[in-house]
This record gives sequence, C-alpha cells and structure tokens, in this order.
Amino acid sequence: MRIHRIAQEKVNGLQPEADLTQLEALFTRYRNKSGSLIPLLQGTQHMFGYIPSKAFEMIAEETNIPVADIFGVATFYAQFRLHPVGKNVIKVCHGTACHVQNANSITDAIKGELSVKDGGTTEDGFFTLESVACLGCCSLAPVMMIGENTYGKLTGKASVKVIRELRKENSSNNQ
Amino acid sequence: MIETYTKPKVIVGLGSCGIAAGAAKTYDKLQKMLQEGTLDFELSRTSCIGMCYKEPLVEIRDKNSWVLYGDMTADKVEQTILKHLSKGQVDKENAVSARDFKATEEDFFDGQVKIALRNCGHIDPESLSEAEEHGAYQAIRAIFDKKISGAEVIQSVLDSGLRGRGGGGFPTGLKWRFAAQSENDEKYIICNADEGDPGAFMDRSLLEGDPHAVLEGMMIGGYAIGAQTGVIYCRAEYPLAIKRLNIAIAQAKEKGYLGKNPFGSEAFSFDIYVKEGAGAFVCGEETALIASIEGQRGMPRKRPPFPAVSGLWKKPTNINNVETWANIPWIIHNGPAAYAAYGTEKSKGTKVFALTGKIRNGGLVEVPMGITINDIIFKLGGGIQGGKKFKAVQLGGPSGGCIPAELGDTCVDYDSVNATGAIMGSGGMVVMDETTCMIDLAKFFLHFTQDESCGKCTFCRIGTKRMLEILERITEGKGKESDIELLENLAFQIKNNSLCGLGQTAPNPVLTTLKYFKAEYEAHIFDKKCPAKVCKPLLKYSINPDTCTGCMVCGKKCPTNAIDGDRKKVHVINQSMCIQCGECFNVCRFDAVIVE
Repeated sequence: MRIHRIAQEKVNGLQPEADLTQLEALFTRYRNKSGSLIPLLQGTQHMFGYIPSKAFEMIAEETNIPVADIFGVATFYAQFRLHPVGKNVIKVCHGTACHVQNANSITDAIKGELSVKDGGTTEDGFFTLESVACLGCCSLAPVMMIGENTYGKLTGKASVKVIRELRKENSSNNQ
Repeated sequence: MIETYTKPKVIVGLGSCGIAAGAAKTYDKLQKMLQEGTLDFELSRTSCIGMCYKEPLVEIRDKNSWVLYGDMTADKVEQTILKHLSKGQVDKENAVSARDFKATEEDFFDGQVKIALRNCGHIDPESLSEAEEHGAYQAIRAIFDKKISGAEVIQSVLDSGLRGRGGGGFPTGLKWRFAAQSENDEKYIICNADEGDPGAFMDRSLLEGDPHAVLEGMMIGGYAIGAQTGVIYCRAEYPLAIKRLNIAIAQAKEKGYLGKNPFGSEAFSFDIYVKEGAGAFVCGEETALIASIEGQRGMPRKRPPFPAVSGLWKKPTNINNVETWANIPWIIHNGPAAYAAYGTEKSKGTKVFALTGKIRNGGLVEVPMGITINDIIFKLGGGIQGGKKFKAVQLGGPSGGCIPAELGDTCVDYDSVNATGAIMGSGGMVVMDETTCMIDLAKFFLHFTQDESCGKCTFCRIGTKRMLEILERITEGKGKESDIELLENLAFQIKNNSLCGLGQTAPNPVLTTLKYFKAEYEAHIFDKKCPAKVCKPLLKYSINPDTCTGCMVCGKKCPTNAIDGDRKKVHVINQSMCIQCGECFNVCRFDAVIVE
C-alpha cells in the first residue's frame, strides 16, 4: 500500500536516449569525497527523473564501486527509480493521518480514472500514480501532490476532478 | 519588542503545511497589495506556529497590539488586512489568538510550554539577525566567554534530565559522556532528522522554523565531546527543511560561527553539513543511519560497539534527534534546574507532539511531561472531530501502540506510557474515533513496518509478513479461531529475535490492540462483523423499505447491477452479487442504505 516504488516494468516508447555526458559535472563535484554514492545517484535521478542503466556503469567506473553494489544501494532506497516516469507524478499520501481519513479511496478513484495500477504510468505517459509516505500536511488529510501543488481535504471525486482539469489544461495548451 | 515597530508588520506562516493550505498565494497577494501602495506595512514570513488546522495563518503586529488570524486564504486576506490596518477594526471572527482580547482559539496555546519550539512561528527562519534577537547563539557564546569546560556542559545536560526525544529516551548527558570518554582525534556529531514515523512532523517543523537552534545545539554537543564535524541526516521528503538548513549553515559560516575558532574559542573548530536521506524508514536507527551516510545500504548492525566508540567512519560518534538538539541551547542558557523544573521525576522538561487523525485541532503542541492524554486531546486539541466518541490514540507511530480511551488519564512520560505497552516514540499522536477499526489500523502499521524492514533479520523480514497475512485474512472475514494465539506467538518471536528497534517494536501495534480491543478481533473472527464498519468484506448492505423512494440512483451507480427495483418502487440488493463497494451508500440521498 505504501511507498510503492514506481513499477519496475519497462514502459515502451518512454525511454529516451539520455544525454549522459551531463554526468561529468556531477562527478567532478563529488570526486574523492567519501560517502558520495547516494548523492551521485540522487544527482543522476534529479537530471533524468530516473537512473538510466548506463549511468550505473559510469558511476561504477567513476567510484570504483562494483555495479552490483551500486544496484544494491539503488534498490534499497525507495527514492530511486530505475525507469522513466510520466510527465506528472501523482503522489497520494498514505501516512497515518491520511489513512484514517480514507486515503485508499483517493488511490482507488485515481486508479479507476486512469486505468493504471499503483505505481503505474498511463499509456500516453502523462500521469504516473504513486503512493507515498507522509507528505507532512496531516491536518489537511487526505492529500495528494502533483508537481509542486498540494491538494488537501480530498474525496475520490475531487481528486478525479483535479486530474481531469490537468488533462484539459494540457490539451488546450497543445492546440 | 512591539515598541520598535515604526509601521505595522504583517507576517505570513510559510511552513510546509501552511504552503499546502495556500499560504504562498496569501503571501503573493499581500506582496501585490504592497506594490499597489494601497497600504503601508512591512511584509515578513515565519514558519509553523503549530496551529495547522487554521492554516494559512497571518499575524499583524503594530505598536499597540498583535493579532493572529486563521484561515487567511488569498481571497480572504485582503479584506481582513484592510479592515485591520486602515480602519483599525479587528476581524474577530477570524482572529485565533490576540494580545488584548480572548480570541477563538486561545485554548490551543494555554498549557503549552515552548522550549524546543521557542522561536518557531515567531522568527523569519531565513534570517540570522532575527534568530539572534531571539537568543540564538547566546548559549555557545556564554560557554566560551565564561570558559565553561566540556565536562561541565555534559554535567549540565545530565542535571537537566533531558532524555533522547527521538523515541529511545536514553539520557542525553550519559550518551555524551560515553562519546567524550572515547579517545580519538576525530569525532562526529550527527543530527537524526530522518523523521519517518507517519503522523509525526515535529522535526520538520523545527528545522523549517528555527534551524539555528539545531545548529547551536550541535555546536555545543561538538564542543562537549570534542567533535569537529556535524552531519544532519535529513529526509529527502522535506525539501523546505533542507533548503532552510543550508541557508542557516551558510549564514553561520559567513558570520564565523561555524569553522575555525568561533566565538573567540582557542582550540575549537566545528563544521556542519546536510546529508539527504533516500527514503528508508530503518535509517532512523543509528547504525543504519551511519551506514547510509557512508553510502551503503542502510542496514543496522550489531551493537556493541556502540557509535560512541565506533560510529561514522569508525570514529566515535554521538547521534541525537532534532528535538533533543533544539533543547540544548535553552538548557545551557537557562540552566539545567530551569529545565528540570518541568516534567515528572524521571521524565524532565517538555515534549513536542504532533496531533493528527480525528482530532479537531490538528497541529503541533509542546507540553510539559506528565500532562495527561485527556488534557492534550480535549483541552489543547479541542476534542474529536464532529463530536464523535474518542476511542483510542496511537502513540509512537508504527513502533508504538494504541492507548484506549479508558486509559486517557495516563500521564505522558516515558515510564507511564511504556507501562501501557505503547512507547513515547518521537511524539506522533494519532487520534481515533469510533469509526476507526483497530484491526485495520494494526494492519496499516504492520504493512508499513513489513514494507520498511531491511530484511536482515529473518523474524522481522518473514515474521511481519506472516502477521500481516493473518491480519489481512481476519479483515476479510476468513479469520480462524487460532489466529489470535498465532499472532501473539509471532509477535513474541519477532520482538526477541530482531537486531534493531524496528523489528523489536514492529509487533507493538498488534499487541496493544489485542490487549485493549480483543473483543473487536473476536467480532471479526467469530461473528464475521466489523464493529467500526471499515472492513468492506464484512459489511452487509441492505435497503430500508421505509425510507427508499425508488429514485433509482443507487441502481444506476451499482457496478455489478446487484440492485433491483423500478421507479418509485422499493429497491432490493441482491446479496450474492454485491461486492460491498459502498457506492449505493454514498449516493443515496435518503439514508435508505443500511450498513451492518
């Protein structure tokens, strides 16, 4: 239910060739610093939204840490994603306060609306649904976060409305 | 302070929760008003004052008074401000706290004693000068001015009776003494800001509201044990806290408070940096946290050696939680006796609690130890939402336990809380009313710990999974007679065979709900009923023929076409087709759908 990592299966057509040369700047910043593996992975994800498999090899070469160990670290922490995500990540809070205020109904409503599993991405790559631990807005429970915006005191219906509006905004911008 | 204002000051509460409630838009609106020049005032910001349920909050201070307004969304703020500043009229309807009259929400602040949160909600967290006006860095300055030795500092902390606020409750002074006694040229101080308990957000508020208090506490600790470096391990989910910490560190460095020989000291140098966590609850455990800082998988290891002997990079290390660090400067500045004056015999001082769940006044409160749970919930917290009945409170997050309403007179101190089977934990208080199913709640917490178990110890990894499966089957109406005994047995094994606190405490929510709400378990297992009407597979929906008007709305909504009935005729639910989704109950405008 909680902190589900973004689904590990590959999403076709979403794997753009990432420009990995950008990593060099990150490497320079952390070169010869101890305990830099996690910041390197975080920096990589910050650049690409996920950690491309080639980046693992480059980080291994840079740090002299075996790829297996790096993979072990990346899969241990909930933060790291190994595959690209949709344009908008919907983070539905499942902290205690949101749970007792029925956060499940929010996730269920969105699952139904987008026809995705928890952790899944819509076919058009526009939304990814994710369940997260406490977002720290307990008094507004239940809440979800899309991009920088937090939506509080939700119901299943209200959350679906938000999503439809975002879609609508996007399609009118494209025209 | 009030006399110094030449023009009125308007302060917006910009903590994470305030921003989520729309405080940033309120701030923008006020800025626009300033630019338009309709009113002359000084616009400033602060962080969380704890009153989350009335966010966004706006405070107006001028020569004569101060008033704190609640619910100040962008559309409402203009009117209130105009009324207050140009006409001199207080908008009493929205005033939640004020100096000159009794505003609507004063009860929330009565009975609170703010030590750790002393500056939260009062200063601009991104301004060093404001922090210093409110006493920041006076304690560490005094240590060097009066040439107080490290041993004397440790003695003060011991005398204050301060115990670790992260949940363990180990005496802080003793921990420092162990680290001080470890001989080494290189030592570390760590601030544990990996606040992972769902329902706890006091550390986040503290870091967002008064980062300098934490930095000063760490400096004092560093001086006392002889460390040169401090690391703040902060959750990545707290971007604002990380940003404000980094601003505060840069300010302290620029002023020379961090670095070589601060405050005229001769042999002391200290530096602090922030390390972002990557999302693992177990990293709140100190040896796992250290492994994570070193860039490894955050898995706990066997102790001894304790971090005080061999910690970060195998050097002596002292780890304390954010709230503990924030208390230190106050203790040194006001003396240990002043701190020990609050609280009970074995639990001194104050504790911050995060009130969430079905409570009216959700937010952050700091109270002296020894106050009763009922006082917190009913006096400060304003009771239960919607006038419902108080059922239980979960203390200590997933590692803690449920305390039932009958034990509401329990004093909040380490020993009394432990006696109930719960733990003090970091201070999350999730309040539940009669509509919360205790088995569902225990399942929720176990789901959390099972998910977050690092997998090192077999009992924690597999035992919690088995317990979760049992709870799942109970809530699905497939519980067996032997399940309660099996749960107890597994809980005992997990507690005794796990290396770290996560496993040792993971069964607590199950054990305490079993202890206090056994009847509810039995109702699920034997009667196949959920008294709180939460566990869907155990519910039975039917239609009351007396109130049904035959409007056909429920029939159209039913996803399985389980509802029969023509217009203006009483509808009937076909039980064999019903999937207990509850849609009919939600859409019925005549309360004709009955849930049992």
